[in-house]
Amino acid sequence: MVDILKPEEMFNSIDYTIPSDRWEAVPTDLTAGNFCYPTKKKNLEYLSLPARDEWSPADEDWKLPDNWEEIIYEGFKERLEKYRSLKVFMDICVRCGACADKCHFFIGTGDPKNMPVLRAELLRSVYRKDFTTAGKILGSIAGARKMTPAVIKEWFSYFYQCSECRRCSVYCPYGIDTAEITMMGRELLSLLGLNINWILEPVANCFRTGNHLGIQPHAFKDMIDFFCDDIEEITGIKINPSFNRKGAEVLFITPSGDVFADPGTYTMMGYLMLFEHIGLDYTLSTYASEGGNFGLFTSSDVMKRLNGKMYAEAKRLGVKWILGGECGHMWRVINQYMETMNGPTDFMEAPVSPLTGTRFDNAASTKMVHIAEFTADLIKHNKLKLDPSRNDKFKVTFHDSCNPSRAMGLLDEPRYVLNNVCNHFYDMPENTIREQTFCCGSGAGLNTEEIMDLRMRGGLPRANAVKHVHDKHGVNMLACICAIDRAALPPLMDYWVPEVDVTGIHELVGNALVMEGEIERTTDLRFEPLSEEEE
Amino acid sequence: MNVNYLYSFLAVVVLGLVAYVGGGVAGLQGVFGIFIPYLAVVIFIAGFVNRVMGWASSPVPFRIPTTCGQQQSLEWIKQNKIDNPSSMFGVMTRMFLEIVLFRSLFKNSRVELVGDRVSYKWVVWLWLFAILFHYSFLAVVVRHLRFFLEPVPFFVKALEQADGILQVGLPGVFLSGVTLLAGAVLLLFRRIFISKVNYISRAADYFPLLLIIGIALTGIMMRYFTKVDVVKIKELTMGLATFHVGIPEGSLGGLFYVHLFFVCILVSYIPFSKLMHMGGVFLSPTRNLANNSRMKRHINPWNPKVKFHTYDEYEDDFREKMIEAGLPVEKE
Repeated sequence: MVDILKPEEMFNSIDYTIPSDRWEAVPTDLTAGNFCYPTKKKNLEYLSLPARDEWSPADEDWKLPDNWEEIIYEGFKERLEKYRSLKVFMDICVRCGACADKCHFFIGTGDPKNMPVLRAELLRSVYRKDFTTAGKILGSIAGARKMTPAVIKEWFSYFYQCSECRRCSVYCPYGIDTAEITMMGRELLSLLGLNINWILEPVANCFRTGNHLGIQPHAFKDMIDFFCDDIEEITGIKINPSFNRKGAEVLFITPSGDVFADPGTYTMMGYLMLFEHIGLDYTLSTYASEGGNFGLFTSSDVMKRLNGKMYAEAKRLGVKWILGGECGHMWRVINQYMETMNGPTDFMEAPVSPLTGTRFDNAASTKMVHIAEFTADLIKHNKLKLDPSRNDKFKVTFHDSCNPSRAMGLLDEPRYVLNNVCNHFYDMPENTIREQTFCCGSGAGLNTEEIMDLRMRGGLPRANAVKHVHDKHGVNMLACICAIDRAALPPLMDYWVPEVDVTGIHELVGNALVMEGEIERTTDLRFEPLSEEEE
Repeated sequence: MNVNYLYSFLAVVVLGLVAYVGGGVAGLQGVFGIFIPYLAVVIFIAGFVNRVMGWASSPVPFRIPTTCGQQQSLEWIKQNKIDNPSSMFGVMTRMFLEIVLFRSLFKNSRVELVGDRVSYKWVVWLWLFAILFHYSFLAVVVRHLRFFLEPVPFFVKALEQADGILQVGLPGVFLSGVTLLAGAVLLLFRRIFISKVNYISRAADYFPLLLIIGIALTGIMMRYFTKVDVVKIKELTMGLATFHVGIPEGSLGGLFYVHLFFVCILVSYIPFSKLMHMGGVFLSPTRNLANNSRMKRHINPWNPKVKFHTYDEYEDDFREKMIEAGLPVEKE
């Protein structure tokens, strides 16, 4: 890993002074620490995507295929014909600058090419040259720019410095969404075999084993069994979840990060305890064992290929509906892409909570309910016995993940759950939550070690808002509903606000849940004493 | 240093000179007073329709609204029906407020690093300048309908009354002309003096502003200073409107031709420029769609068939391990 600055040095290094050279003349910095490692060839071959020999972004010559210009031109043309969003967003930006300082990567780096408007201009300048009359005739005066290998390098750098969080699109008077731009840019790069390994490796894993982490079925079961042992030790209750069981009412799918990596694992324990407590007739699948979808960060086709497993498995098992765990981009895919891509879903029924009888009309067609919606409904109907004082040592704040906020609008359900399972909850300042929330700095496949400097910079706005409530209210726990957050926020907190820990909301639910027949609890799900005095 | 505005400034000056000289030369009045205006209107209509049809010809494969508030969820959770609409009515309200009040722009803030804090300050200026500019422009356009309609409709007269409410000067000062000029100049100054905005600005950003400043200046000059003969001008414009074209006798003045030519350039420039945001804002998929894709399936007309890893293939890969772990399998 590349050494990075100390927090104070990093903060003081942020400089919003604009360079004296025009942005077109500023070369892209592709020295070590400034790029994500490229994909290993085997992953591309496994997915039958355009593959190329091993290369490094630090290389002077990227050895692009001979017809790379044609590939990009044709690819661009095809996407303009397929996506109205791309066409409209290429044409209507007035460069008012409202988006400029809304991007966490701009705020943290001060690099003007991280202003959403310029990120889009990287693509737009080429669009003008190839697809507009003015650009063909007037060239650079009309803002057109010829495609060169240097432009490809620039695309690679800056489309992997965007986490597709959509914050800029909230402020844009035309709703221009840089996520769309970045997705198209990454698809075009992918046509040349230019991808990053931190995305493509999980994709290849997921394709084969059913999940990003490459957990094979027996290991998946082992891990869950292991959590059940821990739950028994803490609560005295033995849980036996079923796997791949036909005829279950509900299929539960969560990101594999919850099965594999702390602190997500505690959230997984929370789900298992909740389902046991309410006697939910559910099953887990080892085949559809991934809620997340790194295809979203690759291309719409790859997204579809990974997502297809959810409905296929629901159909094979004959479940009535699907319940989905806490994950950010997973819910963007479910809310905005899944049924369009892989529907219709006539083999299932509109989801109804078996405990409360609530029909989830908002999910009547996709047949997939968010766990926060499900739990909020349970709490509202007094179906859970909760002892929030078990979370009393935590002063909690909530990080709205980008996708559930700006591509769905799941804002009050998690807050309702949190307010019922803990006694000390404090929201961060309004410019930094709900639809204005800031990315963890590592979304859209950027949660990789080699760009730690960028990640800490991109996460600064989020961390700084946490620091605000930490100083003001003594907040020591950052709750979130996203597996990438649970992986990305701990190092971010460690760096900027080391006193704050990270949790999923269902870990806190698991702590507070008074289960029938449980022994007196002395520890939380992390095997730490319930209150600080006992330490 | 961004010198793009120099290109644009030069372009506007040259265009102005061309019209000033051309309009003054006998024989060319027909070109500048009749032919070019018609040509501009034709280019505008054809170009505008072509551009919008071009957008519309690409489908909207996915339902991708940017949700800016609470979704429709459990019935006891209050939905933000405007910023996260799930119905057509909600979408129309959202679009209406966006287009009429520039609501997204109103949220604008500015980031500053203060001590060890990242702070966000609400800033109203961009919104204010934009509102000032656009509504002044609208008022000026509506007022100019006087030149193309006989009798002059009541709403044009009503607007003139309101616009001249200050009742100063002779002829009375129309506020909208002054505020249009002010709005355009303020937006131009933003581009020149705010370094971030300067850095992202292209010639195509300065050109329309300078052109509009040119239009406003020549208009103001004619009305208040050179006191152009409006009766003659109306003769010309009514001729254009009713297709009984003719150049009135006597001179209309070079300034008038500059004004008219600038307007023609602007109108014909619209379809090929960012000024198409006036049409594009209606077609932006992040704003004009309801967030209801979990309630009702959205159809992608080009939904591709893709190869995915089936359960059977998966089981073939892992069958023995699954059996050993006690996981159910389809084929023993």
